Amino acid sequence: MDMITIPAVNMTPIMPEIFLSVLAMALLLINVFVPSGQKSYIGYISFIGVIAAAVLVGTGWGMHVESFNGAVVQDNFASFFKMIFLLAAGLAILISDQYMVREECNHGELYPLILFTVVGMMLMAAGTDLMTIFLGLEVMSVSLYVLAGFNRENRKSNEAGLKYFLLGAFSTGFLLYGMALTYGATGSTRIADIATFAAQQSLPSSNVMLLAGMLLMITGFAFKVAAAPFHMWTPDVYEGAPTPMTAFMSAGPKAAGFAAALRILLVSFSTMQADWSQLFWVLAVLTMTVGNITALRQDNIKRMLAYSSIAHAGYCLVGFTAGNPTGTAGIMFYMLSYTFMNIGAFAIIVLVGKKGEPNGNVMDFAGFGFKHPALAVAMSIFLFSLAGMPPTAGFIGKFYLFSGAIQKGYIWLAVIGVLNSAASVYYYLRVMVYMYMKEPTEEFDWLQVSAPIALSLLISVTGTLVLGVVPSIVLQYAQEAIKLI
Amino acid sequence: MLGTYLPILLVVLIAIIFGLVALTFSSLIGPKKKTALKLSPYESGCAPVGTARERFSIKFYLIAMLFILFDIEAVFLYPWAILYKKLGVFGLVEMGVFVVILFVGYIYVWKKGALEWE
Repeated sequence: MDMITIPAVNMTPIMPEIFLSVLAMALLLINVFVPSGQKSYIGYISFIGVIAAAVLVGTGWGMHVESFNGAVVQDNFASFFKMIFLLAAGLAILISDQYMVREECNHGELYPLILFTVVGMMLMAAGTDLMTIFLGLEVMSVSLYVLAGFNRENRKSNEAGLKYFLLGAFSTGFLLYGMALTYGATGSTRIADIATFAAQQSLPSSNVMLLAGMLLMITGFAFKVAAAPFHMWTPDVYEGAPTPMTAFMSAGPKAAGFAAALRILLVSFSTMQADWSQLFWVLAVLTMTVGNITALRQDNIKRMLAYSSIAHAGYCLVGFTAGNPTGTAGIMFYMLSYTFMNIGAFAIIVLVGKKGEPNGNVMDFAGFGFKHPALAVAMSIFLFSLAGMPPTAGFIGKFYLFSGAIQKGYIWLAVIGVLNSAASVYYYLRVMVYMYMKEPTEEFDWLQVSAPIALSLLISVTGTLVLGVVPSIVLQYAQEAIKLI
Repeated sequence: MLGTYLPILLVVLIAIIFGLVALTFSSLIGPKKKTALKLSPYESGCAPVGTARERFSIKFYLIAMLFILFDIEAVFLYPWAILYKKLGVFGLVEMGVFVVILFVGYIYVWKKGALEWE
């Protein structure tokens, strides 16, 4: 009997994914067998699991292992992004417990779902086959839809989940159609094979099917990273979703979208860079401008940060437009910084909120600086970093993104970026004006800082400042990683 | 070439004959008590005539989703069973992992009470 040849399977590249999947499934089972009300320790176990997965990822640094017939790879690029995802998940887990208990939706499923999301994101970063990337994207997205609608007693949360699901499914359609057309044009779903095919063409952009495939894939990823004009879902979803989950989905999945798009564009479509650079120029300018201008008018702080998150995706798209090592390493550095500063800012919002979040407005921060000086200083650091002021991580990240663009000759793009960044200072500083220059209208006596949130704030502040003062300790890893992609 | 479709034709014929035989025999030897309810068309237990804008219990959707999930499991088991000998131990292990993952889901659904109607 003729045996079907089984490809050599090397499990090492996906060890962190396997570990997290098994852990998440075990936690799901534990969750249904323990009485409700004792769910907090599921969060602690998953936090320890995230650290263990980070160790697993860290031990694989520097290795280059391909497996599953070239569908998954373990390289520094994937490892760097996996670290960002794990960081985002860890910080989100830390700020979740207090929030979920307060909102009375402390279901233990939250933590396994976060872990599944991380598995999906990891597969997106490590996938070297369009199918692997797509599967990772789906695992990530489906878990995120549930997380967005996790507070099922709350209408806004339900709205967020449903909107995210419908628009997410729509964008997935674009992405999948793009992948299908690319497969039709090149005869392979493997990223390296697509690159080989494109390199053999004298003018790859004259191959309409390939070009359409690339454009549709870019559209799909633009949806996922909330780039204008595909950003419409973001404010509603970010506002309605439980705050810790908003923090998580503004950092992790966005980084995952960038990771997959970077690998596909820089490897498969490297010969068509002149074509997609122009496109990203337009996307970057639109995204930065729409995000920042709309954020100026927001009073709800979660909506404000949602539009700001669109603007930050725009800054990263500047790095895409450049497409050179400085710009692309800048994207990786920026996503890491953004994870620290944004989840940090959301942690403060979690603390200031009351049950049902009636006080999600910027005005509710009035006098916060007098009542809780330490928390207000932390919030100020995050806001300064989001605005891109030295000596914080946000400044260094923007510096590398824009200098990448300048090296490539996109002077105007960098100018528009800097102008946008200047405009954004208004709405970030507005929160600080309320914190320090208005009389307190509230006593903030409901505010309690639980130990996990304190830890997450400590990590976020440290990360934001350390990356701002000594960026080289991380930047060299990013540059090393992008070189070997 | 067309000869390869002969088994399918046979299956179709057998299905038709089986249906006809079953219907004929039950109408010949079955007891007949005609009531208004029994003569009305069967529609999954719902009243066949009435407004279409009725509210369904959400439990139907839950059951439908679970059905699809575990139905897919069965769909994947068939090709594996056909190629079982060719795939060997590797296939057995892979399928074992797949079934265990679904089994975890099954226990979760069961303990969560999603299979209870009330």
